[in-house]
Amino acid sequence: MSQIRVLVGTKKGAFILSADGQRKNWKISGPHFAGWEIYHLKGSPADPNRLYASQSNGWFGQIIQRSDDGGKTWNTPGSSPEELKSADGFPKGESNKFVYEGKAGTHKWYDGTQHPWEFKRVWHIEPSLTDPDTAYAGVEDAAIFKTTDGGKTWKEFPGLRKAKGNLWQPGAGGMAVHTILLDPKNEKRIYVAISAGGCFRTDDGGKTWKPITRGLKSQFELPDPDAEVGHCVHRIALHPSRPDVLFMQKHWDVMRSDNAGEQWREVSGNLPTDFGFPIEVNFNEPETIYVVPITSDSLHYPPDGKLRVYRSKTGGNDWEALTKGLPQKDCYVNVLRDAMAVDQLDKSGIYFGTTGGQVYCSPNGGNSWNAIAEHLPAVYSVEVQTLK
Amino acid sequence: MIRVILPFHLRNLARVDGEVQLEIAPPVTLGAVLDALEARYPALRGTIRDHDSLQRRPFIRFFACKEDWSHEPANTKLPDEVASGDEPFLIVGAMAGG
Repeated sequence: MSQIRVLVGTKKGAFILSADGQRKNWKISGPHFAGWEIYHLKGSPADPNRLYASQSNGWFGQIIQRSDDGGKTWNTPGSSPEELKSADGFPKGESNKFVYEGKAGTHKWYDGTQHPWEFKRVWHIEPSLTDPDTAYAGVEDAAIFKTTDGGKTWKEFPGLRKAKGNLWQPGAGGMAVHTILLDPKNEKRIYVAISAGGCFRTDDGGKTWKPITRGLKSQFELPDPDAEVGHCVHRIALHPSRPDVLFMQKHWDVMRSDNAGEQWREVSGNLPTDFGFPIEVNFNEPETIYVVPITSDSLHYPPDGKLRVYRSKTGGNDWEALTKGLPQKDCYVNVLRDAMAVDQLDKSGIYFGTTGGQVYCSPNGGNSWNAIAEHLPAVYSVEVQTLK
Repeated sequence: MIRVILPFHLRNLARVDGEVQLEIAPPVTLGAVLDALEARYPALRGTIRDHDSLQRRPFIRFFACKEDWSHEPANTKLPDEVASGDEPFLIVGAMAGG
């Protein structure tokens, strides 16, 4: 019997929701790391018991936590008693340490001047598809780091910031690598997205990166129609069976690329608004995608107080509202960019969390929804593990 | 024996209850206390001061003998009462936010 584990990062801790494949009866464990902001936690596809979590707050900074037993117990990698037996008494690992390679340099600041790169926190951890000890971290100020020792040490790929990083400028939410997509058919290819920075791709395992923004239009924010960087990409998604097809929720506009980001076209179609944050692809249907329209960049809640997921079964343009089981009046929550995920069961499960502390599950591809947690702190991230 | 009192979240992170006790050879300076604390509890590295610059994080404060030592340099010698263990050295999360 399959098991589902939903990993929920919130403003005040992490929660783990578990159910069998029916996805009806859920158990909630947590809060883990109570009182801390958990931007993201995610399991390794290569070893589902290996989880990584990004724990941070404004007082004490960034902590990386790791579980090797599916979230029952957690440790800061590199700080167990066995790992402290180095000659000088100091630990070999420094799992909290994220230091930019070389001279950190500067990026564009709000007033148009240059501002030094400053590490703030890890927004997103993307475990390797094949090695439990390897993972990538997307951080604020925007950069990507990699660990190959299970989170004990992290090393930056500075090539990303060389992709015109001096022109990136923080948006209202900060300047972070918030999305990392690993190409399951080409281990050298990685995509990242940065709000108000853009979308980038490496084809050499992270050494060099290039903007992949042709076709994006951000006329109000970027008057230059040919601007390569600066586009406010909120989220990108792909289906593992055909990783050259990308979907994007931009600040405004839902976009699609059929050639690994070389060219994008708009597929917003009949959406009530094309502003939003998450975008996801159904595991069993690569042309079925989901977004949660949000009123506008000024009004971060659903239009008309109705929480509606929109589904397109045609890879965009033609969208239908999914409302059964979702509040259809007086609802003013947001759904953040990392707070939607899909499971891998035959009957596709779709999940998302809200800033109001609800986590919803649809066990039928979006046709109907159930709240599987209702009173959590504001949800920052949702990930799903399908345990077969 | 130096006595150190950590804030709630750092006690949880270090997995300690109550005070931390550290053996530190004289002179007992602010920096020596933090070095010894981080060596004993490496999960705390980076949470009190920056990994590289060793600058105190903005919302961390140091108190001892009812005085604020937050702005003192690392080589500042702490009071004899702290060195003797009669008084604790307090690491405090500053009131910040809403």
